[in-house]
Amino acid sequence: MLHIVVCIKQVPDSREIRIDPKTNTLIRQGVPAIVNYYDLHGLEEALRIKDEFGARVTVITMGPPSAEKALCQCVSMGADEGVLVSDRAFAGADTLATSYVLALTIQKAEDTWGPVDMIFCGKQTLDGDTGQVGPGIACRLDMDQLTYVELFESLDIEKQEVVVRRHLEDGVERVRARLPVLITALDILNRPRRASLPGVLRAARYKPIVWTTNDFSNLDRSKIGLKGSPTIVSKTWVPEPKQVNTEYVDSANVVAAATDLLNRLYATELPQKLGWS
Amino acid sequence: MAERTGKRKPMIGLQPEGDIDWSSYRGVMVFVEQRNGQAKPVSWQLIGEATRLAAKLNVKVMALVIGWQVSELAEESIYHGADEVYVCDSKELEHYRTRPYSRVCLHVIRKYKPEIVLMGATNTGRDLAGAIATHLPTGLTADSTQLDVDEERLLLASRPAFSEKMLATILCKQFKPQMATARAGVFEQLPRDTTRTGEVIQVPPQMDPGEIATEMIEFLETKGSVNLAEAEVIVAGGRGLGGPAAFEMLKELADELGGVVGASRAVVDLGWIGHDHQVGQTGVTVRPKLYFAIGISGAVQHVVGMQNSSYIVAINKDANAPIFKIANYAIVGDLFQIIPAIIQAVRTRKLERLQLLKY
Ligand SMILES: Cc1cc2nc3c(=O)[nH]c(=O)nc-3n(C[C@H](O)[C@H](O)[C@H](O)COP(=O)(O)OP(=O)(O)OC[C@H]3O[C@@H](n4cnc5c(N)ncnc54)[C@H](O)[C@@H]3O)c2cc1C
Ligand SMILES: Nc1ncnc2c1ncn2[C@@H]1O[C@H](COP(=O)(O)O)[C@@H](O)[C@H]1O
Repeated sequence: MLHIVVCIKQVPDSREIRIDPKTNTLIRQGVPAIVNYYDLHGLEEALRIKDEFGARVTVITMGPPSAEKALCQCVSMGADEGVLVSDRAFAGADTLATSYVLALTIQKAEDTWGPVDMIFCGKQTLDGDTGQVGPGIACRLDMDQLTYVELFESLDIEKQEVVVRRHLEDGVERVRARLPVLITALDILNRPRRASLPGVLRAARYKPIVWTTNDFSNLDRSKIGLKGSPTIVSKTWVPEPKQVNTEYVDSANVVAAATDLLNRLYATELPQKLGWS
Repeated sequence: MAERTGKRKPMIGLQPEGDIDWSSYRGVMVFVEQRNGQAKPVSWQLIGEATRLAAKLNVKVMALVIGWQVSELAEESIYHGADEVYVCDSKELEHYRTRPYSRVCLHVIRKYKPEIVLMGATNTGRDLAGAIATHLPTGLTADSTQLDVDEERLLLASRPAFSEKMLATILCKQFKPQMATARAGVFEQLPRDTTRTGEVIQVPPQMDPGEIATEMIEFLETKGSVNLAEAEVIVAGGRGLGGPAAFEMLKELADELGGVVGASRAVVDLGWIGHDHQVGQTGVTVRPKLYFAIGISGAVQHVVGMQNSSYIVAINKDANAPIFKIANYAIVGDLFQIIPAIIQAVRTRKLERLQLLKY
């Protein structure tokens, strides 16, 4: 049977994050945690493959104990197993340290449930926002990577091949790749399903598997957490809100308003910058 | 099930290879992204910024060109500010693929030792940078919008965080090179100077053909391709347009201004226009010189994706729409009357100019 791993992350719902105007720091209290938006699209694609071909879908996440909830949500949608990799020592990881731990986790999942045929990640996270973890995992596991996938065209189990469409700024690329392969999902890939009733019932009782640093025999502690992260945040600041002096164009007469707007635009450096004659 | 051919050689915890005397790493390298021998504008923008950083560090600007029949881009890189260009030209490299491209990058980086490597934060640039940084290994900052160096020669890469609510400066002390991807449209390219000269170094492809499993079948250029990230003028519409038909009007205005059409997520979700047009947190972050927000309320997820436009014109019939808070020019009124009037005014003005030129 196919074995598919989906990497998900629980993230603060960034819509709800506010900046404390006095201290210029993030207000995280009361900010709901959600499964990273794009990761659900990765899960959905894995579940579609499971529906069509039969597959074991293992969902993994590295995060705090509270991320169990995110895994349960994935189980309610149809994932077979959820693995939480959690340990204080993993905290503070950048993308390099994160992909290290996730690659080890996938290797352990292979040892436990059999070789992995496909890995799905999201295009990027809403909090980290880098899209680097997927390529990092592929590199460490020596797999090919297909990033920014907008359409899963076909899977040929006999030939061990997938054909997908990758979304680029100027067009779409159809690519064929051999399994095993790591795919990062765009939101246009599919529409994530709702949990089914049996799924909800299963998730209500489900306890994700938890792996800590002690569960990895080959873990190099210098490569995890804050210590294993080469990038350092040296400073954060809140950009000065752009001071805009909004000029209102009187719209009582639309023809006059249009001319007025153009006059104002022509009075800026725009004509020169844009080559308007 | 078919037997697996290529055996994987997992290398989970990677170590720096060879020389780790970081002080021997000198120079600022830019990856020149191209398709069919056409460089992406972000490549020249990054060479422009690299020139500034290199002057501060007193080192050379290096450009890395990978592809097939791309020797012209070596010259172009020099015209745009590079001092040294590394070129790997091979049929196998005609289309971007992670493995063969990253092998060339790793070879060049390890051999010629730049202290900083910059790539565009495009889908290709992010795909490649993520693979290389893991291999080397080194720290990689995504999506930078400001770059600088300090007196310890550290790269200070700043990027928006938490839906653009904050900016964070990120650095990497532990490894070299220091890597960052940077957004299109943020940095200025230098004027193209054909009198500049530089050195071109040919690099052999680093290939192990049996190993290359992925294959590009075809490239489908997006119909009426919109490249929002690089557009200088964007005319964006929202739910206020009432239906897909009104986008024709926006297209007309965009054409008159040499721009492209953008959209809010609401109308993309409604299927009025393709996803490629979506501006915002889950769409494209844009920085045009001029942005029209037409019938768009100005939800925070939209605003984070366009607030750095140089000039914003908002047209909305609701005087309290939040979009007006960030607009330079506000027109409160019905877009169905105002947009045709603006199109007409632009045409009239063009005609007047033409006549001025004639006589
Ligand atoms: C996780 C998440 C991510 C999101 N990401 C994005 C994103 O990337 N980009 C994005 O845009 N949104 C995003 N959104 C959605 C966002 O919250 C808003 O729902 C969306 O931007 C609203 O689009 P709108 O302004 O077109 O529609 P509305 O909010 O409905 O606004 C329509 C506006 O048109 C005006 N109007 C109506 N008729 C006329 C007329 N005749 N003349 C002039 N004005 C008129 C109205 O006054 C109103 O202000 C996201 C939401 C979520 C939850
Ligand atoms: N802590 C994590 N646990 C599991 N998956 C993750 C984690 N961080 C990132 N990922 C995966 O990597 C993708 C890209 O994340 P990022 O590089 O942070 O933007 C996400 O969409 C997830 O699929």
